[in-house]
Amino acid sequence: MPRTKVVLVACGTAVATSTVVANAIEEEMRERGIAVDIRQCKATEVPGLIDDVDLVVSTTPVPPDLDKPVITTLAFLTGIGKAEVLDKIEAALRG
Amino acid sequence: MHDSISRHLDPEAICLGVEATSNRDVIDLLAGRLAALGRVRPSFAGAVLAREASMPTGLPLGGAVNVAVPHTDPEHVVKPSLALATLARPVGFGSMDDPDEEIPVGVVMMLALDNKDAQIDMLREVAELIQRPGALAALAAATSPDEIYAVLGA
Repeated sequence: MPRTKVVLVACGTAVATSTVVANAIEEEMRERGIAVDIRQCKATEVPGLIDDVDLVVSTTPVPPDLDKPVITTLAFLTGIGKAEVLDKIEAALRG
Repeated sequence: MHDSISRHLDPEAICLGVEATSNRDVIDLLAGRLAALGRVRPSFAGAVLAREASMPTGLPLGGAVNVAVPHTDPEHVVKPSLALATLARPVGFGSMDDPDEEIPVGVVMMLALDNKDAQIDMLREVAELIQRPGALAALAAATSPDEIYAVLGA
């Protein structure tokens, strides 16, 4: 069994938009056979939570130089480009 | 169906054809309605404005009607609620993924949330609504709260 990958989902307040994104990623990755541990935080909290994280997905800009892959996307809110972003997330988690 | 949105959206928190000149006008209006209904604390409006200034909530949809979903931290909320405004003319909101980019917004859905796990259905419905083809245009064209609820119930 591969280690469960950790995805840190960030938005402005960690209450609204990141909840939508976290749910969507969890469901879609489960369908693709990838177990993920999803954590939510505010964008400003990302640097302090980054250590054991495999991928950051944010709806809003996060601080630079995180040394981990970051995908900034509104696709889970707007629907625009969702399939492409899911492929990118899958590739990052399988990589 | 958007049952959870309808349940959280009081008719008094629906403002149609609003004449606004800035996103502050719209936020003040909707936050005022929620405060008058006892759904948010007096601190809510200022907190939403502050958040909007640093981390804006405009969502570019690639069409004529963009949407914004202003909100803030749970401590300013008394009872989870929504407020909705359609604008006579679009006003600028910063784009969520690029705060330096301003987008014209015609429909504003203000979210007052106090518990993300309890309100996940509502959040999911808001995302579905935004993604449903034609839904925002139908909201923008509504002339009465009943028409808004009809779009939400479609």
